[in-house]
Amino acid sequence: MFRSSNRAPAIAALTASLFFSMAQDACAASDDDLKELREQVRQLKDLYEKKINELEARLKQAEQTAGQAKSSATAAQTTAEQAAVQASSRTAGEGAFNPGISAILNGVYGNLSQNPSNYRINGFAPTMGEVAPPNRGLGLGESEIAFSANIDRHFRGTLIAALSPEDTVSVEEAHIQTLGLSNGFTLKAGRFFSGVGYHNEIHAHAWDFTDAPLANKVFLGNQLAEDGFQVKWIAPTDLYANIGLEFGRGRKFPGGPDGGRMKNGFGSTNLFAHLGGDWGTGAAWRVGLSHLRTRVHDRAFNDVDSTGTGVTNTIGAASRLWVLDGVLKWAPNGNASNTSFKLQGEYFRRTEDGQLSYDTTAASLGTQSGSYLSKQSGWYLQGVYQFQPEWRVGYRYDRLDSGTTGLGLVANGPLTAADFPILASYKPIRNTMMLDWSASEFSRVRLQFARDRARAGIADNQFFLQYIISMGAHGGHKF
Amino acid sequence: MKKIFIVMAGTLAAMMAAASAGAAINVFACEPEWAALAQEIGGDRVNTTSATTALQDPHRVEARPSLIARVRNADLVVCTGAELEIGWLPLLLNQSGNAKVQPGRPGNFEAAQYVSRLEIPKVLDRALGDIHPGGNPHIQTDPRNIAKVAEALIARLAQIDAPGAESYRSRGKAFLERWQAAIVRWEQQAAPLRGLPVVVHHKAWTYLEAWLGLREVATLEHQPGVPPTPSHLAELVEGMRREPAKFIVYSAYNDPKAAGFLSQRTGVPAVLLPFTVGGTEGARDLFSLFDDTLSRLLSAAQGKGSK
Repeated sequence: MFRSSNRAPAIAALTASLFFSMAQDACAASDDDLKELREQVRQLKDLYEKKINELEARLKQAEQTAGQAKSSATAAQTTAEQAAVQASSRTAGEGAFNPGISAILNGVYGNLSQNPSNYRINGFAPTMGEVAPPNRGLGLGESEIAFSANIDRHFRGTLIAALSPEDTVSVEEAHIQTLGLSNGFTLKAGRFFSGVGYHNEIHAHAWDFTDAPLANKVFLGNQLAEDGFQVKWIAPTDLYANIGLEFGRGRKFPGGPDGGRMKNGFGSTNLFAHLGGDWGTGAAWRVGLSHLRTRVHDRAFNDVDSTGTGVTNTIGAASRLWVLDGVLKWAPNGNASNTSFKLQGEYFRRTEDGQLSYDTTAASLGTQSGSYLSKQSGWYLQGVYQFQPEWRVGYRYDRLDSGTTGLGLVANGPLTAADFPILASYKPIRNTMMLDWSASEFSRVRLQFARDRARAGIADNQFFLQYIISMGAHGGHKF
Repeated sequence: MKKIFIVMAGTLAAMMAAASAGAAINVFACEPEWAALAQEIGGDRVNTTSATTALQDPHRVEARPSLIARVRNADLVVCTGAELEIGWLPLLLNQSGNAKVQPGRPGNFEAAQYVSRLEIPKVLDRALGDIHPGGNPHIQTDPRNIAKVAEALIARLAQIDAPGAESYRSRGKAFLERWQAAIVRWEQQAAPLRGLPVVVHHKAWTYLEAWLGLREVATLEHQPGVPPTPSHLAELVEGMRREPAKFIVYSAYNDPKAAGFLSQRTGVPAVLLPFTVGGTEGARDLFSLFDDTLSRLLSAAQGKGSK
């Protein structure tokens, strides 16, 4: 409609201007002139019509473009809305860079035929670690709070604090690790679980049994966390091969004294190497060899001598530990949704050569020193089978061999073996069975029964019912 | 001790020399579909390897040594993202000692960033099952998503391997042309599927449903990631009596028992879909993945069951 009205004023203006010019020359007008004039008018009219048509075409085009723009605007709006939904899934503000936080809770009911407060592993000098089984009755296990995040493009940080049921807090792990090193190198510094053997690096909440293998208890004081640094290198091969070196303070058993010595340099070194790969699509394996060397100072332990008096003895020695470890995991086609199997075993061998001081507080027969030489070994083998989704059963066999501890004070001196009953040769054995149920990756309820012959001549029947849950950030578990 | 060091150093030197021989770009894909896509675009310029097979649940994979070794040697890590691999990929990256593939670097490619994700949860609570804050991660079941990821991947490969940029672009262009033509063909073929009600094992088919206009009426897992329970299956039998579905869809890594049980009780065919490359014998590459998916759905829709 407005198109035709558009055209009308144009024609009117044209006509008016024609009349004006005609009036001026009216008298002089001849036929030829009129003809010429008509021709000019016609040409003008054609020109204007052409222009008007062009305008109309452009208008039409503009309208089309507007329509397209509208539809693409709608599309853009949809995209923007989707993007807004996707963007809203991220938190904004200060909280956006909060580290990944998770908490582990665990509780144990224990029923033991022997009192855990007098737990000992005969044949082995008591460690300073917590090696006793969980308490009798209802109890809270150790709770953990973990923070971890990338710090910048070079480092990642992790802090894991352990809250004990006795209301104490300890730093379990606190380390930084490089992200930016290349060529297979990783550097870790701070407090971390030493890469000695397989089990030692795994957090308690991810263990397949309620407690650690006996070998880990006697050779690593349950679990060895060192203050120091670790360099690890992975070979550029298809076969997984790594080698690593740790320098530590020697703050814990087998080093010592507890907390480490006040001296420059380092107190312990650990060298380890691993190989690993796949067997077909279903199975994966890893084997490792570690060698931990440390200098023991003032490792104190209590014993009861031949006079029946409680005495404190200390050991100072060079301690060398070799650990051979292996783990094999299998699932049909590598799909662990339904069934899977895990086989894990480690062999430990330790030599300690140094001095033993008897009765350092002179409570009984007086302080005396002599040579100390022990060659001890131990191993365990465990299998865990997931027989249906969420359910697993497991069995573990533990065995230790104290060997015969060579004591200078007994061989050529004033004392007898009866003065060191805890160091008397013994081979502790333990059998453990467990059944656990995990409703999700974040919870586990476990029933465990063990018959523990760690005390010479005494069998301890241990029954545990335990829950372990994790909240918050989704942590993964190492192989 | 010294001897050990010398032996080890010698072995390592030999290993390093052996490893620096190849010149192609190493692509570590988390799932087979991305390995196949990288291969389509990269051709001979890339060595691709997939961390998982179609028979493995990509949520639950062990961070096993062979994977660490492969990430260590990768120039590009191509994964779905959207927290699908959260239980294992961060461990692999952490332990790899490979700076190139860390998150945020050009060597780390997350496919889900390049598509519009569906089912972004409004409420995050683990009582609701294994939910992904970033939305449903199973984006590869819609071929239009694969096209979007392909475009981004072409650019990324061209970035990290500049000498091959031209090759990636031309191979990528040729792939996308064939792919778009295939999408048109698939959409025509799949027209009879529009609006059909479907029961799925896991919420793994959201994007396929959105693409083909299938209507998801129930899942065998009553919560994402939680194996089907007898009581939930009984409810489904009851529900499907009132409102029957056209088929029950499960993938190669799902336990077929639940789908089989429901199918037996209701007479609704259970359909095994490949889910990714290698999930069925027919799904040999990305094209045959969708060919096979559609032919299985279409034959089930016509009343023929498939195994």
